[in-house]
Amino acid sequence: MREVDRRSKHSRRVFLKGAATAVPVVAVATSAAVRIEDAWAEDASALSPATMKTLLKVARDIYPHDVLGDSYYITAIKPWDGKAAKDPSVKSLISDGIARLDQNARDRHKVAYAEVPWEADRVVLLKEIEGSDFFQKVRGDLIVSLYNQKEVWPRFGYEGSSAEHGGYINRGFADIDWLPKA
Amino acid sequence: MAKFDLNDSSVVVIVGSGAGGGTLGNELAQKGVKVVILEAGPRIENHDFVNDEWESFSQLAWTDARTTSGTWRVAKDFSGLPAWIVKAVGGSTTHWAGASLRFDEHEFKVKTTYGNIPGANLLDWPVTLAEMEPWYAKAEDKMGVTRTNGIPGLPGNNNFKVLEAGAKKLGYKTVHTGNMAINSQPRDGRGACQQIGFCFQGCKSGAKWSTLYTEIPKGEATGNLEVRPSSMAIKIEHDAGGKVTGVVYADASGAMQRQKARIVAVAGNSIESPRLLLNSASTMFPDGLANSSGQVGRNYMRHMTGSVYAVFEKSVHMYRGTTMAGIIRDEAANNPKRGFVGGYEMETLSIGLPFMAAFLNPGAWGRPFTSALDGYPRMAGMWLVGEDMPQETNRITLDPVVKDKFGQPVASVHFDDHPNDIAMRTHAYKQGAAVYDAVGATVTYPTPPYPSTHNLGTNRMSEKPRDGVVNKFGQSHDVKNLFVSDGSQFTSGAACNPTLTIVALAIRQADYIAGAMQKREI
Repeated sequence: MREVDRRSKHSRRVFLKGAATAVPVVAVATSAAVRIEDAWAEDASALSPATMKTLLKVARDIYPHDVLGDSYYITAIKPWDGKAAKDPSVKSLISDGIARLDQNARDRHKVAYAEVPWEADRVVLLKEIEGSDFFQKVRGDLIVSLYNQKEVWPRFGYEGSSAEHGGYINRGFADIDWLPKA
Repeated sequence: MAKFDLNDSSVVVIVGSGAGGGTLGNELAQKGVKVVILEAGPRIENHDFVNDEWESFSQLAWTDARTTSGTWRVAKDFSGLPAWIVKAVGGSTTHWAGASLRFDEHEFKVKTTYGNIPGANLLDWPVTLAEMEPWYAKAEDKMGVTRTNGIPGLPGNNNFKVLEAGAKKLGYKTVHTGNMAINSQPRDGRGACQQIGFCFQGCKSGAKWSTLYTEIPKGEATGNLEVRPSSMAIKIEHDAGGKVTGVVYADASGAMQRQKARIVAVAGNSIESPRLLLNSASTMFPDGLANSSGQVGRNYMRHMTGSVYAVFEKSVHMYRGTTMAGIIRDEAANNPKRGFVGGYEMETLSIGLPFMAAFLNPGAWGRPFTSALDGYPRMAGMWLVGEDMPQETNRITLDPVVKDKFGQPVASVHFDDHPNDIAMRTHAYKQGAAVYDAVGATVTYPTPPYPSTHNLGTNRMSEKPRDGVVNKFGQSHDVKNLFVSDGSQFTSGAACNPTLTIVALAIRQADYIAGAMQKREI
């Protein structure tokens, strides 16, 4: 069978792009306060970097795929900052939602949501707010913003558009080789 | 290409250009009848279709406002999207799968066969299979249906091979790559299927029959057919004698136009067709046009549906190749011993990763959900489609609040599953999982119904005017020169996919209309 190459061709593009638009890369890399991995969050204008970082953790906890690096989740959640900049109600939806989650985490675990070490414990906190507008909006958005990234598709063995390759007639539409003889 | 005057009252105006309207338009044009088709959506040719689920959805789907109610899960998960159908020239024949099956004899006689089912508004069709057979034959020839007219079946893809192996292990007998209106070899000026996948996103190669690039250009070539895209029908008008006189529609610029007509045929799919009749209410017809029976909008059917996806140890890549070229027909017969009347088909189905995420279990999250998606390349899938019970309370009404951009009330879609539908779905999920378990599935996922693709029954045929909206030719009982030409004519839904029957009825209706025009009956 023709298998799909599932290696990432995406690498750290998102981080570097984020860093370049904020401050010179060298400055970021040598700064004690901001690790290069966090530069994308410092980019945010309407939402605080801490909120963005927690939102990333929330996104990973809602749809955890261990084969996907953070970059895909960052691409998925970053547009919330732009939407928050345009619409104060979106800004408070996200900020207040994250604040409530952090408060619940502190009440239970004495640390903010993103610092709760086990996913299973964070999922319990998410479960408590599952019915909230914040959770539903973030989850509903992720279904498209995460899974509709073309860079994500090969990681799931999905090849996307095929017509320009002549379809699958000569590319394995019927190449299954492990079935018991009918 | 023909261009008819708005005041030309000799034309037949057809609302909609899909399986019903597009076919009727061409058939009439071939007979020398002048036709104007009003199509609400734009004209998008097949080379402009895109192999991308969400992008294609934006390009083709009917996303104008609709409202929903009832206990069906679609009302909760997709409250504004009761149906996944198309707003473009070619209608839903652009995104249909191509499965082209004839009704079984008993499926035209459901009242006689099933008897009194509490809550079901069953009625026999005023036509029989014997009467329909020659029209089915014409439809199969027109559409180039595989395994008819000497056309070979399509080759089976990986998803089919899994289905077939499981079905055979389970002892099912009638298993093949389907009766598909998709060319397995070049025919009618169109090439053979290239196994592209993305059948639901519009067939870029044109191997799949769609009125967009078959019926419509053929009709236009006669000089008797004019198709007006981006023309949304608003109201059908009538004279003091109760005959329809034309259709008011919003053109591409949003301006209101009035096309006069000798005959009007409504083919806007089973949600918009009753909506148009209801929105055409007048002093003479206060409950809506053609609605003396009160049945306009009622008996909305959407088929008993569901899917089963199964994950295996090794790769399947189900998305490669023709989406629905695979069927098990052993459960299609009526066998009430199973605990329900009617039957269902099991057909291969695949959706891409983006739609799998949206439809596998809407609203779900966390590890159980992502674990299922991680299995995507090792997944096989089938669609379950069976007869659902017509119920008077499942209906299309005019929403009392929400209006479209032209100020017209939008359609509100109410649906509750009948106990028979639920019993059938439970059985179908079990059998679907058994098919895959038989060849080593490690997990199976019974997946809930998607927004409706088969919308049927809301202007149903009946022998007696009090029981339905149209007669056996789709002609309104109340208004002689008003016809219904889409799946909303269906008296019952049958187990199989509806398009072949819609096309067969449209060919037959064209014959009837042309004859009646010649005899000056209408």
